[in-house]
Amino acid sequence: MTTRVEQALPPRRRDLAPILLVPLVALAALPLVGSLSTWVTLTLAGLAMGMIIFIIASGLTLVFGLMDVLNFGHGAFISIGAYTAAVLAPSLSGLIRADSLALNLIALLALIALAMAVTGVLGYAFERIIIMPVYRQHLKQILVTIGGLIVAEQIIIAVFGPVLIVLPLPTAFRGSLVFGDIAIERYRLIAVVVGLVIFAAMVLILDRTRIGLLIRAGVENGEMVEALGYHIRRLFAGVFIAGSALAGLGGVMWGFYREALTPGMGMDVMVLVFIVVVIGGLGSVGGCFIGSLLVAVVANYTGFLAPKLALGSNILLMALILLWRSRGLYPVAKR
Amino acid sequence: MSERAPLLTLNGVNTHIGPYHILQGVDLEVPRGALTMLLGRNGAGKTTTLRTIMGLWHASAGSVRFDGADITAWATPDIARAGIAYVPENMGIFADLTVRENLLLAARSGPIDAARLRWIFGLFPALEKFWLLAAGVLSGGQKQMLSIARAIIEPRKLFLIDEPTKGLAPAIIANMIAAFHELKKSSDTTILVVEQNFLFAKSLGDAVAVMDNGRVVHAGAMTALVADRDLQQRLLGLSLDRNQ
Ligand SMILES: Nc1ncnc2c1ncn2[C@@H]1O[C@H](COP(=O)(O)OP(=O)(O)OP(=O)(O)O)[C@@H](O)[C@H]1O
Ligand SMILES: [Mg+2]
Repeated sequence: MTTRVEQALPPRRRDLAPILLVPLVALAALPLVGSLSTWVTLTLAGLAMGMIIFIIASGLTLVFGLMDVLNFGHGAFISIGAYTAAVLAPSLSGLIRADSLALNLIALLALIALAMAVTGVLGYAFERIIIMPVYRQHLKQILVTIGGLIVAEQIIIAVFGPVLIVLPLPTAFRGSLVFGDIAIERYRLIAVVVGLVIFAAMVLILDRTRIGLLIRAGVENGEMVEALGYHIRRLFAGVFIAGSALAGLGGVMWGFYREALTPGMGMDVMVLVFIVVVIGGLGSVGGCFIGSLLVAVVANYTGFLAPKLALGSNILLMALILLWRSRGLYPVAKR
Repeated sequence: MSERAPLLTLNGVNTHIGPYHILQGVDLEVPRGALTMLLGRNGAGKTTTLRTIMGLWHASAGSVRFDGADITAWATPDIARAGIAYVPENMGIFADLTVRENLLLAARSGPIDAARLRWIFGLFPALEKFWLLAAGVLSGGQKQMLSIARAIIEPRKLFLIDEPTKGLAPAIIANMIAAFHELKKSSDTTILVVEQNFLFAKSLGDAVAVMDNGRVVHAGAMTALVADRDLQQRLLGLSLDRNQ
């Protein structure tokens, strides 16, 4: 029956243009940067950072798409994830300091699991206590979720002081793999792998499971999902918990990336995260993935080529993308 | 059949949407095993009535009883799970999902029953043809078919269908009529259809209710309304001449 379809209509149109953006930008940057080894470093750093932003932003875009909830509090879970890792790291110092990739990986995975558990549980509480009462009231959502973010930041300052906390990388993740004059930082490679794994898992869940179908359907038309007999509030709570846990994971990855934590780190990243969510198309995981990589590599290239432009480059990028596609790279059909 | 209690009963239902008082005491009985047509001019409150039954709006006064239970204050998913399938006026298709995925979600109790799917493909061949395409690329009539297919993919006690013929070509309407006749044949199917097209309505309806200004102003057998031109004129006004 499918062969007839393909004759009757063009096959389901795969929209490839956005996918080509990152490779095109990278290729265009190569002659500008000049040196291959610098370009590789910049590109890999951009991809690693993009993956971390994606991990953080993916939950936010689904939360927005599913329930129109603008959650500025998402940033709190980034910080909480990172600080959870910093608090627990000393008790795993044996594993972290060991000169063994396997033991180091176990330590990293353990810290990630614990941070995700903490942020997931807190996410559940946040959803019940802070989000639920302001459901469908956008202005109040902005106010209370920003409030939640500030409170979380202040609690962190109260507990840890306004100082920088170091989060040393496990031994085997330090340093670079060197190929000729090209150096590839190990941890960036790990960040890219973790990001790809999360992206693949999300795509599989969204495309292949009933829960994933429900999430995609709910992003489009939550009312109809309810009329088919599914409680969208429960679905949303689940997505919110998963999104908070992913922000916690992103926080751990980001903390190790910088090897230093500050109470405001979550808020700092949130600016990028919101830009990514808008660029990708609200509610689109695929768009969010491409948007994250794009924002990060562009920031790295401009930071190198024209440091004075670096601050504005993300806003400029967002403006350009929205001029091209006013509802983001992959707009989600809405009711 | 008329001896049995109605499957669905609305008693003095009032619905407010924001500041507007839309339904102003709707009384409606939907008999079991029959197809009831809900008619009325634009803005009479037909869609609001269906949405209130589904719990998408909540009645501020009055009650909705379904199959012995008072569902007035129930949440929409629980109402759906009690056995009511809903085809909204805007069809509610998930455009980014394929035809197949739309139907998978509608089949709550597990994998789609193969025989039932064949029956649906018989009613609406386009769905088989476009099985793996994003539902968003379907034409308006095909979306309407998908929306109805989604409602009937599993047996339900009651089907609420809002203007199935809206914007459809006559040939497709004929198809749709055939589909409903088919659906009516299975014994325990109760259907409430909102309709503007009187031709469609009279060829299918067993019972009829006419709404105006947020109330049901006439209820009875379809045959009685079809026989009484004065009543038609009074209840349905000019729109009738066009359709007859
Ligand atoms: N969301 C809403 N907000 C405000 N008023 C509404 C809303 N939905 C419906 N109404 C009003 O309620 C009244 C009844 O609308 P409803 O959609 O139930 O009519 P209808 O009988 O289905 O009409 P039609 O035949 O045109 O579909 C109309 O006056 C309409 O303007
Ligand atoms: Mg209507």
